[in-house]
Amino acid sequence: MSALEVDIRGRAGSFEIETAFSAGPGVTALFGPSGAGKSTLLKMIAGTARPRSGRIVVAGSTLYDSAAGIDLPPERRGVGFVFQEARLFPHLSVRRNLTYARWAGRRRGTRAFDEVVALLGIGDRLDSAPATLSGGERQRVAIGRALLADPALLLMDEPLSSLDKARRGEILPYLEAIRTEAGIPILYVSHETAEVAQLADTVVLVDKGRVAGVGPAAAMLARFSLAAGSDASEAATLIEGRVTGIDPAYHTAVVSLETGRLELTGNGFAEGMVVRLRVRAADVAIASAPHDGLSIRNQLPCTVGALHRDGAFAMVTLHLGEQRLIARITAKSADMLDLAPGREAYALLKAVSVEMARIERQTTGG
Amino acid sequence: MGEAELSIILLSARVALVAILAALVPAFAVAWLLARKRFPGKGLLQALVTLPLVLPPVVTGYGLLVLFGAKGPLGRFFEQVFGLQFAFRWTGAALAAAVMAFPLLVRPIRLSLEAIDQGYAEAARTLGASRLTVFLTVTLPLALPGVIAGAVLGFAKALGEFGATITFVSNIPGETQTLSLAIYALLQTPSGDAAALRLILIAIAIALAAIVASEILARRLTREETR
Repeated sequence: MSALEVDIRGRAGSFEIETAFSAGPGVTALFGPSGAGKSTLLKMIAGTARPRSGRIVVAGSTLYDSAAGIDLPPERRGVGFVFQEARLFPHLSVRRNLTYARWAGRRRGTRAFDEVVALLGIGDRLDSAPATLSGGERQRVAIGRALLADPALLLMDEPLSSLDKARRGEILPYLEAIRTEAGIPILYVSHETAEVAQLADTVVLVDKGRVAGVGPAAAMLARFSLAAGSDASEAATLIEGRVTGIDPAYHTAVVSLETGRLELTGNGFAEGMVVRLRVRAADVAIASAPHDGLSIRNQLPCTVGALHRDGAFAMVTLHLGEQRLIARITAKSADMLDLAPGREAYALLKAVSVEMARIERQTTGG
Repeated sequence: MGEAELSIILLSARVALVAILAALVPAFAVAWLLARKRFPGKGLLQALVTLPLVLPPVVTGYGLLVLFGAKGPLGRFFEQVFGLQFAFRWTGAALAAAVMAFPLLVRPIRLSLEAIDQGYAEAARTLGASRLTVFLTVTLPLALPGVIAGAVLGFAKALGEFGATITFVSNIPGETQTLSLAIYALLQTPSGDAAALRLILIAIAIALAAIVASEILARRLTREETR
């Protein structure tokens, strides 16, 4: 049984929504450009906007079914919502906000208040007024408030978009903690590649109210990076590997991929971990043969795939077995190296340019 | 302060208080309709509510006399159903004050309702609160500053109401003779200047006290809100 099944038609502003997808446990990202109807879709699932027809099923219970005449009001859907702006009730303290679902919503709540407060690190702000909180704290309280309503599904509508970059970095670890600790499926709307790379298990690409593709996060993001819509200089891909060695003397870790090994810097690695790495296309160089005498120690054998020219630049897809990297190099370099689909080459990655996007405890299928 | 003056003040306070308490709920309902709903005749309702503010009070008083007088259709209805008489009674003075104060109540409540972000209600619904609970726990508390501002403004208006009151229920000492009417009556008599002056000073004191009280109340409320 999937955690969420959506098959709805309705209106969002100037265009039609006609969306069908299902989502399993973990984080499903609704990913796509602004104004693609993602937020309206969330509202329809929460019951604060009405589709014209269709069906919405969460964890086996039908929330909306136009054919059967079912349309539960939002308060009976058991769907948590974290909005772009925190929407904390300004006349209530943080504590009263957090417990709102229990004293006003009559939700009994199986999740322990103290646990959620500790998980989100808001214990010392319980008696504050929302107006005195920072943007990041406000959003954390909003997440806690939604969790304490004991939802069967958590909807998040670009919860980081109202925050500056530093604040986002502050919140992301909490979102990761929620993902692992809360044990409820999360539907996460975003148009930020980095957020999706870090959080999502599954990505649903949405464009103009329609599903343009569904798949595991890594594969979908690689596809999206090649699409014209995204900012080429920020394009990035995700690769996954297992940590097979740690060198404490140099603070490096060896991550084994299907076709080679990467030496990476940074803490937080442990042997046996499966890690997801985010590699920006601009940080990948290509060589026609392995080289000695370079500071770049990561040289992965690969096969050249698609090659897209874009003015002075070229986006080159590099296949590492089943996984893919994208390299953004100059068009001139591409010509000098005589790159063409099917050619063998080496992908060069500086250890410091690779971001560890996420750690899995065990092997994943994504 | 003589006994006569005290009874005038108590009567005025009772008339104004009853007027505001009776008008508050309908005023809130009308403000809510005007702030939140779209319906045919909304413009008409808006005009009707504003009417007492722009009509000569004497006209409003005459209208009340026609409708709520002993032989008026609404007057007879209230007499038969509730045993409530308005004509030449203090209840009539309260009715006149309520009607005159109504637009002053509606406006600040409407503005405060319009200022509330609808997103709060949406958030509350997703947290399991029914429409009624959202109203009681979110909308009403957030609209409270507007309600208080309206009540204070309306109370001041009710206390000073003159034209509609004297037209509707006349100027009967001990029954309908409120502060304004008493001052007017005293000024009509050759030797009443001194007594009128005392009442005038009392009226000024009451007005000042009302302003200070509402300021304190509003400040305490906003502090609680942001605490």
